[in-house]
Amino acid sequence: MSWEAVIGLEVHVQLATRSKIFSGASTAFGAEPNSQACAVDLGLPGVLPVVNGEAVRMAVKFGLAIGAEIAPFSVFDRKNYFYPDLPKGYQISQFAHPIVGRGELAVAMPDGSEKIVGITRAHLEEDAGKSVHDAYAGMTGIDLNRAGTPLLEVVSEPDIRTPEEAAAYFRQRHTLVRYLGICDGNLAEGSMRCDANVSVRERGAAEFGVRTEIKNINSFRFVERAIAYEIERQIDVLESGGRIVRETRLYDHERDETRSMRTKEESDDYRYFPDPDLLPVHIDQALLEAVREELPELPAARRHRYVETLGLSAYDAGWLTQEPETAAYFEAVVAAGGDAKLSANWVMGELSAALNRDERAITDSPVTPDQLAGLIARLQDDTLSSRTAKTLFEGLWAGEGEVDEIIEARGLKQVSDTGELKAIVERVVADNPGQVEQFRAGKDKVLGFFVGQVMKATQGKANPKQVNELLQEALKP
Amino acid sequence: MQPFAPLAELARGLRAREFSSRELTRSFLDRIRDHNATLNCFITVDEDRALAQADAADQRLAEGGATALTGIPIAHKDVFCTAGLRTTCGSRMLANFRAPYDATAVARLDAAGAVTLGKTNMDEFAMGSSNENSHFGPVANPWDPARVPGGSSGGSAAAVAAGLTPLATGTDTGGSIRQPAAFCGVTGIKPTYGRVSRYGMVAFASSLDQGGVFAASAAEAAVALAVMSGFDPLDSTSADQVDPWLNGLGDSHLAAPAEAPVIGLPRQYFEGLQDGGAALEDARRTLEKAGCRFVDVDLPHTDAAIPAYYIIAGAEASTNLSRYDGVRFGHRCENPQSLEDLYRRSRTEGFGAEVKRRILTGTYALSVGYFDAYYLKAQKLRRLIQNDFLAAFGSVDLILAPTTPGTAFPQGDLTDDPVAMYQQDIFTTPASLAGLPAMSVPCGFADGLPLGLQLIGPHFGERAVLETAALYQQHTDWHTRHPGAYA
Repeated sequence: MSWEAVIGLEVHVQLATRSKIFSGASTAFGAEPNSQACAVDLGLPGVLPVVNGEAVRMAVKFGLAIGAEIAPFSVFDRKNYFYPDLPKGYQISQFAHPIVGRGELAVAMPDGSEKIVGITRAHLEEDAGKSVHDAYAGMTGIDLNRAGTPLLEVVSEPDIRTPEEAAAYFRQRHTLVRYLGICDGNLAEGSMRCDANVSVRERGAAEFGVRTEIKNINSFRFVERAIAYEIERQIDVLESGGRIVRETRLYDHERDETRSMRTKEESDDYRYFPDPDLLPVHIDQALLEAVREELPELPAARRHRYVETLGLSAYDAGWLTQEPETAAYFEAVVAAGGDAKLSANWVMGELSAALNRDERAITDSPVTPDQLAGLIARLQDDTLSSRTAKTLFEGLWAGEGEVDEIIEARGLKQVSDTGELKAIVERVVADNPGQVEQFRAGKDKVLGFFVGQVMKATQGKANPKQVNELLQEALKP
Repeated sequence: MQPFAPLAELARGLRAREFSSRELTRSFLDRIRDHNATLNCFITVDEDRALAQADAADQRLAEGGATALTGIPIAHKDVFCTAGLRTTCGSRMLANFRAPYDATAVARLDAAGAVTLGKTNMDEFAMGSSNENSHFGPVANPWDPARVPGGSSGGSAAAVAAGLTPLATGTDTGGSIRQPAAFCGVTGIKPTYGRVSRYGMVAFASSLDQGGVFAASAAEAAVALAVMSGFDPLDSTSADQVDPWLNGLGDSHLAAPAEAPVIGLPRQYFEGLQDGGAALEDARRTLEKAGCRFVDVDLPHTDAAIPAYYIIAGAEASTNLSRYDGVRFGHRCENPQSLEDLYRRSRTEGFGAEVKRRILTGTYALSVGYFDAYYLKAQKLRRLIQNDFLAAFGSVDLILAPTTPGTAFPQGDLTDDPVAMYQQDIFTTPASLAGLPAMSVPCGFADGLPLGLQLIGPHFGERAVLETAALYQQHTDWHTRHPGAYA
C-alpha cells in the first residue's frame, strides 16, 4: 500500500519587542530567574494587562507580508488551565477573532522549486514561564522571566506532504520573520518553536487520517526528523492492523523518536471567553498603510529578482536570500562591481566556509563586500588565478590589508609573461624525460604531472590556461 | 471633635489651623478603637502610618498646595491594594498579603493628601450582600447590631454611618456600594464603568467592578470622586475621557442642577418593593416641589438582571480567582504531597463557601456545551438591559428607583438561602450590567432602619446624578441622621 502524510505546522514566533505583551517588563533573554517578572507578569491581585502596541504592529506586519486579511477588530480571550508556570491560571490568547486571517507563504524548496502553503490564521498571545527541574533536588523551580513574552502563533493549512517540505516551510517562516525584523530568529533561545500535526492516509484518499501533535520542536533538522519518525511510526501501526490514537507526542532528539505525552481522547476544556480586562484590538486603515510602507522587499520577491535580473540559479537565489544579512552582503558585493555569479560563488563558498569555521556572523565578516568585489575584479582581469585568489582571501580575512596591497606583498600576481613561462615549461619538460615518453606513448594523464611541476616552480602564480597551451606545444613529438 | 462634622467644615478648620490633621486623625482613630470591637468594620488599622500621613498633610497645609482632601481621614475597602498595608479582600487566601503597589484610586487620594485610617471589612472577594462572608467576621449595622450592614462594602458603609471616618472607598459590582449605603443610611456612589481605574482593585468581575465612595452627602462624595476618577494608562478599560465639571470640583459645594431634570420612574422597580414605598413617594413630592418632573418609564428586562448578572459575574470571577493557587503568594496548604494536592488544599482552605459556590457556577457557565446556554445568553440579556436604559434615557435625564427591596435584614436570616440573598440585588444589578452611574441616598426610615433611594444616570452622567442628589439633600435631612449609639 502507498501512504501519504498530511502535515500542518503551528509555529510560535517570539516577537522582538523590548517589553512584554501586557506589561513593561523586559523581554531580554538569559537574566537571573524572576528578575524580569513585574507585578503584572506575576499575576498579583489587582494588576491589569495593557496591550503592547508594538506587538500588535508586528503581527500586522506579518499579516501583510503573507497577504492575509487583517481583522479590523480582534479579541483577546482567556485560555484557562492550571499550571505552576502560568501565573494567572489562564493564558491571554486570541481564540475566536485572531488578528491575522487567511494568507499564504511561498516556500523555497531545497531543489529550487516553490510550494505555496496556506496559512489558516495567526494570533497574538503571551508566553508562559518556565519550570526548572534541575536546580533544586526533588523540587521544581519557577522562572517567570519568559511569562508575558509576546508570541505570534502561525497556523498553517494541512498543505504539507513530506518532512522535507515541513523543514523548508519552517525555514521559510524563519526567513520571513527575520526579514520583517519581528523576531530575532534565535532557535537555541526558543525564539521560534513549532508544533507539528501529522497524519497519514492512503495515497489518493479524500479523508485525513487521525492526527497526532508533536510539541515544541525547535530546530530545522528536528522538524524534519521528528516528522519523518512519526510518519514511519504511524505507517507501522496501521500496517500491523492497529489504529492511531489522537494524542500529543514529544520528540526526543537524543533517541530520535517521538513519545506519547498525553492522549487527547478526553479533550481539554480551556473555557475560552473574551478577556474583560482588555478592549478589542482595533486596526484602522491608517495603521495598515503605515505598516505597509515599512515592509521590506520580501524573501520570495528577492529570490525571483535574483533569478530574473541577476541570472542566478534558483538554488543560489534561495540560498542567498535565506538570511536578510546574507542577501544584504551579497548585494553590497554586486553593488561594488562584483559579477553576480562570481559574487554568489564566493559568498556561498569561501566566505561562508570561513564564517562557519570561525563561527562569525556575516555582519561581522573581516572581509568587507568592497574587498570581495575587488578580489573578484582581479580574478576577472586575470591578475589572479583561482588558487591565488584563495590566498588573497586568506590575507583579507587575516586583515593583512587591501586587495592590491596583499597581491603585491604576497606576490600573488599571475605569471602571464609568455617568455618567462615558456622557459620554465621547457626546463620542466627537459628535466623529466621518462614522463615525456609516457605522454607521447598516449598517457594523457601525465599532463597533470607537468602542470603541477610548472605550478610548483611558479608558486601557483602561473596562468593555468597559458601553462596548458605551452605544455601541449612543448610535448609535441 | 465632632465626628459627623461636614467635610467642608473639616477642610476649613484644617486650613484655618483650628486643628491639625494629626488631631483630626487621632480623634477618628480613637473612635475606631472604641467601636470597632462591636462593629468590626475595620480589618486593619495602622495608627502610626495614619499619623505619619497626617503629619505630612499638616506640613503641606502649612506650606501651601493643599487640596480639598489634604489632611482629611479616609478608609479604604480592603479590596484596594495599599503598599505597606496588608490587603486581605476579606479572605483567608490573602490574610497576609502585602501588595508592592497602590491601587490607582488610592494613589490619587494619597497624592491629594488624604489620610488612610485603615482597611475596611468586606464580603470575601466582594462576593455577598450582607458582609457575612468575611474571613474576618461579620460587620454589624450601626443602626441595629443584630442586622447586616449590607455588602460587599459593608465595613466602609458602617464606618461612615458610625462616624469612624468621614469618607470611605468602596467597590460596586452588582450593588456593593449602593445596597450597604441604603442599609446604613449613608450616601454612596458607583460611577460609570471606566470612570475610576480598576488598577490595584482586586478583581471580582472585571466587566462590572467599579470603584466608588461613601460619604455623608452627595456633595462630599463628589469631592472624593473627583480625585479618584480619571483615565489611567494602567487600566485598558478606564475611560479616556476628561470631565471638566468633575475635575473642577474643588470644594464640597454642589450647585443645584441648572435645569431641573426630568426623572423616570421605572414601574418594574416598584412592583417588588417590601418597605419604603411611602418614603419614595415623599421623595418624589420633594423633588417635584424643587422643580423636577416625573414620568413613568419601562425597563422591561429588569427581571433578567439577576440571572444574567450572576452568570457573567461568576464566569469572570471563576477565572479571575485562578491565580490564587498557593504557588506564588497567598495561602498555601501545609506540606503539599503533589501539585494537585497543593492546588486542591490551598484553595479549599483559602476560600470561603460563597466564593467556592461562585467559582463552581462560573466554571460551569463557561464550559464546553454550556457556554452558549449560559454565558452567551447572559451577554445577550445584558445587551437587552443596556438597551432598555438607552431607550429610557431618550426621554428622561435620570431614573429614580428604590435601592433595595427592604431594609437591613437580621444577620443569619438569608445565609442558608443563596438565591434569596441574590434577590437582594434586584434593583442594583441592572445599572451595573449597563455600566451606568448610580447612587444611593438616604430617604427615610422604616421601623427605625434607614431606607435608600437610587438615582441612575446615563453613561458619564455623574453630574446630573450628583446635583440632583444634592438638590434632594438640600430639602431633606435624612442624610444628617445618625445612629443613636454613635451620635
